Amino acid sequence: MRENWQSRKGFIFAAVGAAVGLGNLWRFPFQAYKNGGGAFLLPYFVALITCAIPLMIMEYAYGRKIRGGSVKAFSDLKKKYEVLGWVQVMIPIIVMMYYCAIISVSLIFMLYSLGHAFGIVNWLSNPGPIMGMVAGSAQNALDFGAGISFYILIAVIFVWIANWIIVKKGISGGIEKISNIFTPMLMVLMIIFMINAVRLNGASIGLEALFKPDFSKILNPSIWVSAYAQVFFSTTLAVGVMIAYGSYLHEKADVVNSSFITVLGNASFDLIAGILVFSTLGYLVNTMGVEFTAFGTGAGVAFIAFPIAISTMSSNVVVQGLLGFLFFFCLFIAGLTSSISMLESFATAAFDKFNISREKLISIISVVGFVGSACFASYAGFNYILDIVDAYVGNIVIAGCGLIEVILISYIYGTEELRQEANKYSDFKVGKWWDYLLKYVTPLLLGAVVVTNLFNLITGLSKQDTTGIISNIVFGWGTVLIMIGASVLFYKRKGTTNTYQQ
Amino acid sequence: MSTSSMIMMLLGCGAVWGGAVITIIIALAADKKNELQKDNNNVISH
Repeated sequence: MRENWQSRKGFIFAAVGAAVGLGNLWRFPFQAYKNGGGAFLLPYFVALITCAIPLMIMEYAYGRKIRGGSVKAFSDLKKKYEVLGWVQVMIPIIVMMYYCAIISVSLIFMLYSLGHAFGIVNWLSNPGPIMGMVAGSAQNALDFGAGISFYILIAVIFVWIANWIIVKKGISGGIEKISNIFTPMLMVLMIIFMINAVRLNGASIGLEALFKPDFSKILNPSIWVSAYAQVFFSTTLAVGVMIAYGSYLHEKADVVNSSFITVLGNASFDLIAGILVFSTLGYLVNTMGVEFTAFGTGAGVAFIAFPIAISTMSSNVVVQGLLGFLFFFCLFIAGLTSSISMLESFATAAFDKFNISREKLISIISVVGFVGSACFASYAGFNYILDIVDAYVGNIVIAGCGLIEVILISYIYGTEELRQEANKYSDFKVGKWWDYLLKYVTPLLLGAVVVTNLFNLITGLSKQDTTGIISNIVFGWGTVLIMIGASVLFYKRKGTTNTYQQ
Repeated sequence: MSTSSMIMMLLGCGAVWGGAVITIIIALAADKKNELQKDNNNVISH
């Protein structure tokens, strides 16, 4: 018998936990900053309403209706579409490989925070050297001789063991229990850190940069594309996660309001992280006289701004260290709740087709995933290959799958029937507007995102040197081809479960 | 902080955080209503 979420609270926390991850903490602040500060917020809100909320309702409702993951979702529409379901669940497997390498940095910083508390290493107010030691450096993506980060490699083993232990226990026994505790804990901690950060000297400089509206940029299409990309990717849509989570919903569970809570909860984390990071950067600009861009625009910002923010909360080294430990523990859990949702997405799809025990399947994926993550523990992998794979899988494959998914479900299954399904037991109901969004507005906007990103990647390639072009072809297009090849193999294999044969 | 930034911050945070709080309140109220209905049904059946 198929498992169900034990409570609505557990489902919401798991879904918000899946959506909230490291992407919220570093991606949103710099997307906003790069795209005109406050002017970015308008397209961002439009994207929340026209893309994130309608798609979330669609994925929950359709997942609950078909009681299966992405593979079943697509094969129920038409048998030959099953291959698209496999491509969709391949995304989280690839993303998990590099995501776990980033999560492992939180794990390393947790231990360093304990070292700070016990007076072994004083680093929270100056995290640059520690970050440099952990991430290392390489010349380019092909510089395999640069070495490997043993810190990340060892930490990645622990991250995969944690994934394996939680997911093999199932939905209610593992994912729901851990999300019930740590998702609200992360929220509370983030709010406390944010309140402290806005009280720092110079915080207003950062907030000004984040929120100052620059309406001269608002007609620029790239701002709209960036806003849609941010909303789309940070809510974990179109990678099979929310369809899988929806499939474990009780048949009388609410769908519409839960979708609103998941999307708005995730967006709340975006804003809290934005205020926290920018207030801290404003403090640094004020005290050190450095530029905002001095910290880069990637994951490094979070891992440099957060320790500094923590060090400003107390002058007592023990308190600083313990707060640091608590914060990076929650960051680690935020990453973990996202990674277990990705693992579950593939697992749910595989269970629908193959008769295999949960423990055996999760063990196989964990070993394969660990091998992939180990590649990203190399200095070239962590500093270069990670960005390339993320750009191709994150920007093209996810948006492409989202576009295909919304078109197929809207036009083949039908929005009218799906709306009735979503409204059946919901706290409040969605009207006809939802049908129009799914059928016309969302596909058009997502299509524009896919075409623009594809265009940017191809034209960007011509501006690169030979190493850059080879790296992009091997690690970018190579990863996409491997995903498609593996999906075709899974599609061609004969199903062995009763559910699938029905 | 300039007035325009302040307005943008209040509007942005207000819409997202306010929206999140309102939807959670609706969910809690609906859950409470369902619980009461369940209790009433139990009383009637006894």
